[in-house]
Amino acid sequence: MLELSDIDAGYGGFQALFGISMSVQPGEVVAVIGSNGAGKTTLLRVISGLLPASSGAMSMEGVSLRQTPPHRIIETGIAHVPEGRRLFPRLSVESNLKIGAFIPAARKKFEERLAFVYELFPRLKERRAQLAGTLSGGEQQMCAIARALMSGPKLVLLDEPSMGLAPVIVAQVFDLVRRIRREGYTVLIVEQNVRQVLKIADRAYLLEVGRIKASEPAAELVASDEIRKAYMGI
Amino acid sequence: MDCQLDIFFLEAVLNGLLLAGLLALLALGLNLIFGVIDVVWICYAELVMIGMYGIYYAHKGGVPLLLAALFGILLVALAGAVLHQVVIRPVLDSAPINQLLVTGGVLFFLQAAATMAFGVDFRNLGIRFGSITLADMSFSYSRIITFGVALAAMLVLWLFLSRTYVGIAIRAIAQDRQIMPLMGVDQRRIYLITSAIGGGLAGLAAALMVLQYDIYPQIGLQFGPLIFMICVLGGLGSLIGGFVAAFIISEFIAIGGSCFATEWGYAIAFLFFMVVIFIRPQGLFGGRS
Ligand SMILES: Nc1ncnc2c1ncn2[C@@H]1O[C@H](COP(=O)(O)OP(=O)(O)O)[C@@H](O)[C@H]1O
Ligand SMILES: [Mg+2]
Repeated sequence: MLELSDIDAGYGGFQALFGISMSVQPGEVVAVIGSNGAGKTTLLRVISGLLPASSGAMSMEGVSLRQTPPHRIIETGIAHVPEGRRLFPRLSVESNLKIGAFIPAARKKFEERLAFVYELFPRLKERRAQLAGTLSGGEQQMCAIARALMSGPKLVLLDEPSMGLAPVIVAQVFDLVRRIRREGYTVLIVEQNVRQVLKIADRAYLLEVGRIKASEPAAELVASDEIRKAYMGI
Repeated sequence: MDCQLDIFFLEAVLNGLLLAGLLALLALGLNLIFGVIDVVWICYAELVMIGMYGIYYAHKGGVPLLLAALFGILLVALAGAVLHQVVIRPVLDSAPINQLLVTGGVLFFLQAAATMAFGVDFRNLGIRFGSITLADMSFSYSRIITFGVALAAMLVLWLFLSRTYVGIAIRAIAQDRQIMPLMGVDQRRIYLITSAIGGGLAGLAAALMVLQYDIYPQIGLQFGPLIFMICVLGGLGSLIGGFVAAFIISEFIAIGGSCFATEWGYAIAFLFFMVVIFIRPQGLFGGRS
């Protein structure tokens, strides 16, 4: 579904990603793990077009992403839930969801999808008229995921959904991810919370200072001594 | 004349209210542009001036007033879009001072061009709607029409911004520009639409102002600083703030003018403005610095 080959990217003179090759198959939950500053956020930003790659090739279902203007990448079926959620704080929950359905193909299905995300996250329905900035952290994460689903994506990119949340809420957020996988979405998730994310992922890539160091079924990474020591503190 | 709570005072208060409608409309356009694009159109009142001349010449040339007004609105909407494409877009990432200088340059260019094209004469359409008298108070119909149309236009804009996809995108972009591509929103397109709307509002203000004011190349100097002051007082970029500030400032002008003299009204308004900005630099409703 998503294919990256030999992608380089950076900020100005600083190179943050080196020759990244990876793929995501339909129906999978794929995790990218790595410590702070490894380049996980940069990788997702490159895929969704927020940051242009400097070389390499990328495609979504055969459509070249590097030839697609950033605001049209969402039309290929990729929705990106950015790091820190980035809701529009002074818009209501429902307006945030509406802007998630901005693309023409999604506008036609707005009512239908709104009913679907409200069923998935009843909490959001209760708070539909509230300003997004007044939601709790966990609710904001729900709203950010729901906003992404409003475009009708095939692949959802999740950037550290558990970041900045209390431990109880973190467990709920990983439940949310399980739920959207059950709904048939393909997920590429980036996390520092390695122990939790490896429980829900089929496969994982290990990213270290901009390079992919390992790519294995999640179960094998969990079993690997090196990973346990470096990322799970065991 | 001294100040008493008599019928003339009430008349002044109500006339201030009527003036506030127009000033709120003018502030709305400038605030919308600033809130969304983060650029101050210092030449905003000069766009109004262009619109007034457009309507004047269209009407003198035989176009019925309502059609001429529509022409003025479209003309200035187009001018706003062109201003954005040609002047603002190249300096979007420049320092704010450079953006101010560029739109300041447009201000002087438009004034000079209007002087050359239309001369320095004061012109007016000579339309008299008359006035209504209520218990010894008198209000001109053109002011009442202006107030009603301005309020209606603001209501329509509010509905547009809160209900439609493009309207919500305009508000969203003012809150977080960077992630707009993730929503499938082309920032350049939204900027262009916003500029046309900002211009259209200036055009509408022009259509209302030709009913009351003489047209001359420097009319922007009469209104420009006032509009800018209202926007800053309310909090630059805050649509609600601009609306409230327009009412506050108009009342200062109207009441000060009725108690002392019109010049005093302006002086008191500017003094109040300076005091508020001293205490609250971000303006009454400004969240951001
Ligand atoms: N906007 C930016 N400008 C310059 N360097 C950046 C920027 N964002 C991230 N970086 C650098 O790129 C590297 C990768 O960052 P990031 O992708 O945010 O890592 P992660 O998400 O894995 O924590 C880091 O060294 C970081 O300092
Ligand atoms: Mg990150």
